[in-house]
Amino acid sequence: MAKTSEVLLSPIFKDNPIALQVLGICSALAVTSKLYPTLIMCVALTATITLSNFFISLIRNIVPSNIRIIVQMTIISSLVIIVDQLLKAYDYETSKTLSVFVGLIITNCIVMGRAEAYAMQNGPYMSMVDGFGNGLGYSVILIIVGSIRELIGSGQLLGVQILPLVSEGGWYVSNNFFLLPPSSFLIIGLFIWFLRSWKTEQVEPAEFKMSKNAPKEVKADHA
Amino acid sequence: MQNKDSIKNTLFIGIGLCLICAAVISVIAVGLKELQKSNAILDQQKKIVAAADLKGFYGTTESAFDSIEEKIIDIEEGLITDISTEKYDLSKELKDPSRYIALSSIEDIATIKKRENFSKVFLEYREDQLNTVILPVRGYGLWGILYGYLAISSDLNTIIGLEFYQHKETPGLGAEVDNPKWKALWRGKKIYDENGEILIKVVKGKVDNNSDMSTYEVDGLSGATLTSNGVSNLLAYWLGDSGFKKFLNNLKQENING
Repeated sequence: MAKTSEVLLSPIFKDNPIALQVLGICSALAVTSKLYPTLIMCVALTATITLSNFFISLIRNIVPSNIRIIVQMTIISSLVIIVDQLLKAYDYETSKTLSVFVGLIITNCIVMGRAEAYAMQNGPYMSMVDGFGNGLGYSVILIIVGSIRELIGSGQLLGVQILPLVSEGGWYVSNNFFLLPPSSFLIIGLFIWFLRSWKTEQVEPAEFKMSKNAPKEVKADHA
Repeated sequence: MQNKDSIKNTLFIGIGLCLICAAVISVIAVGLKELQKSNAILDQQKKIVAAADLKGFYGTTESAFDSIEEKIIDIEEGLITDISTEKYDLSKELKDPSRYIALSSIEDIATIKKRENFSKVFLEYREDQLNTVILPVRGYGLWGILYGYLAISSDLNTIIGLEFYQHKETPGLGAEVDNPKWKALWRGKKIYDENGEILIKVVKGKVDNNSDMSTYEVDGLSGATLTSNGVSNLLAYWLGDSGFKKFLNNLKQENING
């Protein structure tokens, strides 16, 4: 069963959907300003991708190839609607903060990408494992980004004050930049940098080479 | 399955899949509907009870809410009507031009464009004495309209609490309107001066506790000036002449006479 663990674990660092495949960036930017909604989002996405991979793989041999994308979308969106409905019923507060982003799992490239790249070629069990692994890979990045943003942006983790804020008599001046979506770009960028320094095989060959600056010509007439 | 690409199979799979998905979603949506509805109602009740700080007195949100009377009032007249509260729905009121007034840009300090003619307010009585009035308020912040409840004590001038149940403000900045520490600042603040002028507002920065105005002022939210201004504006609107001022004055008269 070495292959199962390989399929499960490789998306976490070796073949991370966000850091290497650079998919699903939008939601990584949008929902990570606080850790709790981030965790809910991770669970929602992992559940969706695991189940969608399973169902798509189950019917992969009878789906006509010319409507396969629509079939995948139908299954994915049905699952997302179900996740959204469940969230509204059992965690109403969080469903209000996540609002449209749960619905936007439908357009998350990771789900669609794994369906098309893996589930259409492999059996249901392995597809589920692959979906779950990719969900974990997505979650790892989101949790890192969410933790950093909440800690630096509001001095809290999961709503518990870790760094006492100046405005409440402490010493920590919160950095509001980390509460805004663009800060995720920075964190994800740094994460990709660290990952590729660690696993150097992920470094892509340069697409072009910088040529050296031409030596300056001395202009005689201006002297 | 060698001709899975045939038209027949394409139609069969397409229609079949849609039917299965539709059936599954319908079953789940209908099954969860009651739970979602009660969640949404409970969420509103929680906010109302939290604004009025009644949970400590009654024990639970449900029993606190049961002790509150809902009334539909005519904002223009400032009087309680006997319209049933059951079917009242603000979004429906704001769709029927005969049931709201369009606000001109001068009047519309809270940027809400329309004001309903009838509003649902909440009154809490203890031993037949009015104890708390809870008014629905709303107004534009930075990204959208903030919806909330303002609870006022029986002197009809002291704020008990302000609670927003729906808004789109920036998490960590404007969304700090939900921060319990900030919400606690509202308690005991006064609304009107002796002449009935509205003085309550959110200031920029910290309130100077030595100033005469400090009973009318609440600390601003740092990094969220526009949200803070929005909150000031919505209070100024809803406590003003085209808001609930008349109703509050009538209640005050009733309190004195009764």
